[in-house]
Amino acid sequence: MDLSAINPILLLASLMVAATPILLAAIGELVVERAGVLNLGVEGMMITGAVCGFIVAVNTGSPWVGFLGAAVGGALLSLVFGFLTQFLLSNQVATGLALTLFGLGLSALMGQGYIGIKAPDFPDWDIPLLGDIPIIGPIIFQHDPMVYVGLLIVGGVWAFLRYSRAGLILRAVGENHEAAHALGYHVIRVRMLAIMFGGACAGLGGAYLSLVRVPQWTEGMTAGAGWIALAIVVFASWRPGRLLIGAYLFGGVTVLQLNLQAAGAAISVEYLSMAPYLATIAVLVIMRAGRAPGSLGQPFHASR
Amino acid sequence: MPHVEAIKTTKGKHMTMKKLLAGATLALGITTGAYAQDDPTKVGFVYVGPVGDGGWTYEHDQGRLAVEEHFGDAVETVFVESVPEGADAERVMTQMALQGADLIFTTSFGYMDATNAVAAQFPDVKFEHATGYRRDTPNVSTYSARFYEGRAVQGHIAGHMTESNIVGYIASFPIPEVIRGINAAYLHAKEVNPDIEFRIVWVYTWFDPAKEAEAATVLIEQGADVVLQHTDSTAPQAAAQQAGGVVTFGQASDMAEFGPFPRVSSIIDDWAPYYIARTQAVIDGTWESMDTWDGIAPGMVKIGEITDAVPAEVKASAEAMIEAMRSGEYHPFTGPINRQDGSAWLADGEVADDGTLAGMNFYVEGLTGDIPQ
Repeated sequence: MDLSAINPILLLASLMVAATPILLAAIGELVVERAGVLNLGVEGMMITGAVCGFIVAVNTGSPWVGFLGAAVGGALLSLVFGFLTQFLLSNQVATGLALTLFGLGLSALMGQGYIGIKAPDFPDWDIPLLGDIPIIGPIIFQHDPMVYVGLLIVGGVWAFLRYSRAGLILRAVGENHEAAHALGYHVIRVRMLAIMFGGACAGLGGAYLSLVRVPQWTEGMTAGAGWIALAIVVFASWRPGRLLIGAYLFGGVTVLQLNLQAAGAAISVEYLSMAPYLATIAVLVIMRAGRAPGSLGQPFHASR
Repeated sequence: MPHVEAIKTTKGKHMTMKKLLAGATLALGITTGAYAQDDPTKVGFVYVGPVGDGGWTYEHDQGRLAVEEHFGDAVETVFVESVPEGADAERVMTQMALQGADLIFTTSFGYMDATNAVAAQFPDVKFEHATGYRRDTPNVSTYSARFYEGRAVQGHIAGHMTESNIVGYIASFPIPEVIRGINAAYLHAKEVNPDIEFRIVWVYTWFDPAKEAEAATVLIEQGADVVLQHTDSTAPQAAAQQAGGVVTFGQASDMAEFGPFPRVSSIIDDWAPYYIARTQAVIDGTWESMDTWDGIAPGMVKIGEITDAVPAEVKASAEAMIEAMRSGEYHPFTGPINRQDGSAWLADGEVADDGTLAGMNFYVEGLTGDIPQ
């Protein structure tokens, strides 16, 4: 084993990149669940975002516009879920699963003409001054802009839920929708907005894969990242801070196991491969996931 | 994780055909052969990845399209893509057989048990399993390509091209097919570059672009300047291109869009002649269970264009090697070769027999690390 081959700086730097898609998808789902809605369609919205972002980026030549397209695509797909569950009161679990299957099929159809094409370049940001700090610079300040957008969204969600009036309303709707309704808040409207935000974030996460991480379009390219994002929300006990830790832990262990393998670690590959999932489960148990929002997954109708 | 499957038939009357044939087969017990005169021969394909993967499944689908082109209206083809290896595969194959398929190609190693199980239930349907070795019933054939011949060429070029003397290898599953590829590449890299070192990462997937990209990035970060892949997507090519200065090879498909650099050559699987020949055999009624393992000589394995990024003399020696394999003068596993533990495998001049190659479960001398069990 040659552990010296592993460069800890590069390891930590690639951890931030590896965690970004699940971080983006998870923070969106966190908001949705805090509003009391369980949307299991994250995977479907991610892959739809991935293909929408790719198509828009290739046609406009701008990755930024691509990310915007991905957010819109993810949000539009989530509207289908929102309409079915909030207005037609369909079962959220079943509808969410259907959304995943639908998203995978829809994205494959949309992406037909885009296989084998390269995405426009999305260069890393070499932040002046900060990027030159030894050790910390390459780890934190030399990434592509979307890594920071992801962090900004997490910070924004944290502040929104904690300090803003709107965040308080959203939490009230998620904790007890009947009480929130009695107070005069529009439960359905709040939930629809949360669902759209979740869709947009999942779309961004998917587009990060198709525009930055891979970067090209292949069918089924999210390969289960959406399900990891769902698990991380529970893992984080519905708190943005812990969500960040969870995503980095998962991304970190994923990258670390590849690094250990490449360095020829004497641990068998099977253990290394299950490490990210084991770590997630272990921390879930140790941290004893906090209480879920009171109205999570329950349908609401004003007449009841 | 749920998977999406879409049954796609190239001719219209999907539902009616299904009901009609399923009903007829069950009620009357008529063998599909009896229909051969009136009905088109129906050929089914079960794919492990999406048709658009740009690699392994893409080439199988090219073979399917070639069958359609060759036979025209005499043959109807059906395919199901992204079929997980396991119980789902068995269900898909059963459904195809019930739909009246006369010949079914199952195109992944992991379909081995499912193929043999379903074949036992449908003795009148012919099954062809790619890269496997089990032929439990007389209606199962196996076929594969000698990809290791292509790997030998890659190793040769990699040994010449590397400056860091570290070659990264993205391996999928620890099965003989993959191990053979690693050994062939290593032996021929070592031959031209004694200081070569292989770093192998097992990703336990045939197709996961994000994971493949991550594996490639990790290998490059650890100093590899050549990355070989035994996974199906083009993600490692893109990762190498982004890193710059890293050589890659197309896998299963040409992946020419990444040429002339980083992709300097490729292994291309050409299934079309085999698929056409076997379909013809079913039509003629001459189909028999057999094991086919073809390489460069019959054209099942093709080496994609070696680009100008490779020095002329290296290109020439690689081409000489391809030619020697084509003519049968040279076998990539020619002794003396020792196993990883130092024990002798092949004596000087001895050539590996197909039995050992087909079940290869050991590294050759010089490779480090263990094969996951």
